[in-house]
Amino acid sequence: MKHLKSINQKAARVERHVMHNTPAAVATAAEHDVVALQRGGPPQQPSAPHIPLGCSLVFSPGWEADRTGGTAGLCQPVERDLFDCHIGCYWPAQVPDQLNHAPDWTNKCAAAQKDWRKIDLVFP
Amino acid sequence: MSTIAAREHHRIEAAGHPFVYLVPSGALFEVDETADAILQALSAGPRPRDEVVGALAARFGDAAVSETIGELMQLQALGVVATQPAAPRPAFIPLKPIPLQSMVLNVTNQCNLNCTYCYEYGDDKIVDTSNGTKPKFMSEVTAREAVDFMFTEAGDSPTAHITFFGGETLLNFPVLKKTVAYARRRATELGKHLDFSLTTNATLLKPDVIDFLVENRIAVTVSIDGPPKLQDKFRVFHNGKGSYDIVAPKIKELIGRHRTRPIGARVTLTKQTLDVKSIYTHLTEEIGFHEVGFAPVTNSGERDFAISGQGFDDMLGQFTELAYEFLEAACQNKHHGFSNVRETIGELHKGVSKAYPCGAGVGLVGVATDGDVNLCHRFAGSDEHKLGHVRDGIDRTIQAEFLRRHHIDNKTDCATCWARPVCSGGCYHEAHLRFGDTTSATLHYCDWIRGWTEVCLKVYAELSVRNPDYLRRFDDEPAERVA
Repeated sequence: MKHLKSINQKAARVERHVMHNTPAAVATAAEHDVVALQRGGPPQQPSAPHIPLGCSLVFSPGWEADRTGGTAGLCQPVERDLFDCHIGCYWPAQVPDQLNHAPDWTNKCAAAQKDWRKIDLVFP
Repeated sequence: MSTIAAREHHRIEAAGHPFVYLVPSGALFEVDETADAILQALSAGPRPRDEVVGALAARFGDAAVSETIGELMQLQALGVVATQPAAPRPAFIPLKPIPLQSMVLNVTNQCNLNCTYCYEYGDDKIVDTSNGTKPKFMSEVTAREAVDFMFTEAGDSPTAHITFFGGETLLNFPVLKKTVAYARRRATELGKHLDFSLTTNATLLKPDVIDFLVENRIAVTVSIDGPPKLQDKFRVFHNGKGSYDIVAPKIKELIGRHRTRPIGARVTLTKQTLDVKSIYTHLTEEIGFHEVGFAPVTNSGERDFAISGQGFDDMLGQFTELAYEFLEAACQNKHHGFSNVRETIGELHKGVSKAYPCGAGVGLVGVATDGDVNLCHRFAGSDEHKLGHVRDGIDRTIQAEFLRRHHIDNKTDCATCWARPVCSGGCYHEAHLRFGDTTSATLHYCDWIRGWTEVCLKVYAELSVRNPDYLRRFDDEPAERVA
């Protein structure tokens, strides 16, 4: 706003609301989000910057929804427990016990995006 | 081309700057010359957009005027005049159940003073406190039930507040003491934050009572009318003797020792005691109160102490002087104890837009000596204004009906008033005494309320120019006081 200045808390809220709902702001917010499987319309939380969380942008399976509630680019841990499920995620992954029996299980997997095939099964 | 019109707003000037207060949102904006000129150009009524741009282009430039109209439209300060009437907006009734925040316990309906203007004892009382059927003192059992009731009704709310009230609250000190202990224990068990306040006439503030108040961090509000001449006019004992000489030393002792919570004074103004400034000076400087709040006496309008027309203008003039004193103090980051201005500015800062004038019957209830739950302490014991009983809880059907009937949208008189976001029709008790109906707006106050709201808007706006950092102090103001 160039010609009006918000003074009280309500005015600041009105202004924030207005600024985030201009056509330009809606378009910009949409550009920065993963929209593959999401429907159109205004983003649900347009104000915050897009911070990748968990596996929503990196290949780190186990997160069921990203911070906008979308599922694009996420894994489906119901199908398979994958690498990183057992480290950064709450998902109760059925993976080898890396502390005791298979300390070297992921040694060959430097970057999950590329090397995930190298994680092999472990036989007791 | 579209015709545009200014939407509801109230323009003020402060510190040489123009501001607009938008209604009903309660948002306050400072406007530049262009925006101000546009709103002025539309003050007489709707005009075609092109005409407005044309009229102001020479002064501000075509582009700037168009851009400003755009901004004003976005903020809903302007609107396009519709060819079709807008669909009626349904009234927003709060979600249920509403958590109870504040409970006022009328621990007794008896009093050792006999103040002529009292709404509980005087000619305008709504409950027969002398010969009625209600117990004169709340029993310990009822008080405990009330505490349990409050925690149940508070639901998930992490905080709760109990105010002890009367009659003269301290006449039932034994029950008060036990109730505080019990409520504290329950709050700890439930993991809730609980605080207490109390209103008293100060006649019974003995050293052991003061010790108790200090230990338990109980906020105290003292009802007092000012220097001896004014205090003794209405605040008298049953034998007619004035109470100033009895209460003054006790209050000083309380203020000297009670450091855990600020002590406030609550003054009732009447036609005969309408000397706001000298009362304020006496109570803050001579007695030492941290805060002083004023309220005009509540009555049916026919009493000889009632404030009327000219009296309200007088009162507004004196309030204004004090409000500007507050402004100067605030600009130097100093404390000023005029609580009326502080409370109104707190609301303006948030930008409240109330559907109901106060929390009565919603987040606040009054509990009578027999455990009946009423709208607020002023209706304690009135069967007509009963919401339930502490043993059975709040009757949700009655409460829903209350909310439906008292919504601001039903107050036709308020529909075009710019002060309605803050006032919302005024006190139910005032309305009941004056018009016999709690749903009525307090029409005898309108000019005074608008005048006072305007003064506070100006003080607030001027503060925003001269010392904007001070306004952050209002970011988390506590809930309303009980008077």
